[in-house]
Amino acid sequence: MSATPDTREVVLEARELTREFDGVKALDRFSFKLHRGEVLGLLGANGAGKTTAMNCLLGLTLPTSGELNAFGLPLQANRISILQRSNFSSAYTALPGNLLVWQNLSVFARIYGVPNPKKKIAELMELLEISHLGKRVTGQLSAGESTRVNLVKAFLNDPELLMLDEPTASLDPDIADKVRKVVRKVQRERSIAILYTSHNMRDIEEVCDRVIFLHKGKIVCEGTPTEIMSRSSSNNLEDVFIKIARDGEILDEPKKEEAP
Amino acid sequence: MNLRIISALVMRYLFLYSRTPMRLVELVFWPLVDLVVWGNVTVFIQKNSDAKFGEFILFFLGAMILWDILFRAQQGVAISFLEDVWTRNLLNVFVAPVRTAEYLGATFVVGFLRILVTCCVMSLVSWIGYSFNIFQLQWWLLPFFLNLMVFGWALGMISTALILRWGQAAESLAWAVPFFIQPVVCVFYRVEDMPAWSRPIAWLFPATPIFEGMREVMKSGTMNWNYLWLSVGLNVIYLTLAGALFVWVLNLTRKRGLLTKFATQ
Repeated sequence: MSATPDTREVVLEARELTREFDGVKALDRFSFKLHRGEVLGLLGANGAGKTTAMNCLLGLTLPTSGELNAFGLPLQANRISILQRSNFSSAYTALPGNLLVWQNLSVFARIYGVPNPKKKIAELMELLEISHLGKRVTGQLSAGESTRVNLVKAFLNDPELLMLDEPTASLDPDIADKVRKVVRKVQRERSIAILYTSHNMRDIEEVCDRVIFLHKGKIVCEGTPTEIMSRSSSNNLEDVFIKIARDGEILDEPKKEEAP
Repeated sequence: MNLRIISALVMRYLFLYSRTPMRLVELVFWPLVDLVVWGNVTVFIQKNSDAKFGEFILFFLGAMILWDILFRAQQGVAISFLEDVWTRNLLNVFVAPVRTAEYLGATFVVGFLRILVTCCVMSLVSWIGYSFNIFQLQWWLLPFFLNLMVFGWALGMISTALILRWGQAAESLAWAVPFFIQPVVCVFYRVEDMPAWSRPIAWLFPATPIFEGMREVMKSGTMNWNYLWLSVGLNVIYLTLAGALFVWVLNLTRKRGLLTKFATQ
């Protein structure tokens, strides 16, 4: 964990976020800050609370208690203006499968009010090496192609905040590597704040600046991938993941950031 | 309310219909089957009754066409929502800067477009095949059309709210809801033909005065304005309550954390 306070703008902040389902806490006083230009990995075993956290951050699920702010504004009260500056891509959602790729992307470009949408779509498709897919039926794409089309949709509005839910799930190592590189490239060029969930530790090591490990809805470990590996005396994040998933091992008490 | 977003969502449905012509067949096929059955029944009754009644019995075809306005408007809202569920696109829409009113507005427009297609085809076929001209309703056709469409939208929002509440297991409600009320809105018979105890129930629905009015216009060429005002008043109430129900259920689904589950199942 970095000792020097981060002076960059806080793009997304959760304070004491708790979400209960039938008395069971899926998220338990979850707090974090995501800064401009930072990629924050949200890790944990199945049921650790990642998806619940992501859903709360997207406004799809309301927290039982706690505060959520994006761009300094309360999320629920400013949902539309915040979503206009954000975007999302998940391996578990799809664009309508019976439309052509360009049709799907044109619809979302219009929703986000993208100026000169044709040019923007063409640029992003070229960046993700899928220019040839424009006239293909979305539902007939391979997993790798579909993921990249979803990423084009996610980058359409030049988001300042991007939430990526397992973007490399079900991709072969070659495509996963390409996706990681593109995400990192665009993120650096545009200083995007990204919240990234993945079960692929290679993803996390390569893409994330900082990582939060969740276990039973609580933060059990937070820091840069290198710091976490060194604290855990592990050579890779996968070992850390397994230790936490099996034992709920707390590597250290997460250091609380000072209130602004 | 942002018209650009509504137009984007409508554009998506237009792409969908242009990509899958079978959906257009569905818009036209079943209404035509109904029309042919009722048209032939009408011809049969005409041949076996006196001339005056035979002329009047054509209202069956008018009722068929007007019923389809209500049904297609309801389908426009409910099926558009289900399209998003079936294509696992609901989450993409709900995490985009789309207000609930814009989402519903787009489904209303889709409902309107569905009505136009179905009604044009049915009106043409009933005129050519059975000499029934829907335009004999003259200018009354416009308020009839609007009131039935608005009531269809309200029923569409109610159906969608129920599906949101009970999940995909309840998706047959998208088709069933209009038929729950069909017996009491007097599409094919007069309110006074219903059992006495059920007549007050019939007047609780905005469609009843429209169907009563249609028969009156076809019989006498004029209509009691009170029917129209009653329908408008009831529609305001239904639309408000249905909108409130939809928003309430949507918020409840968010509170319970069921929206994501529903959108990705």
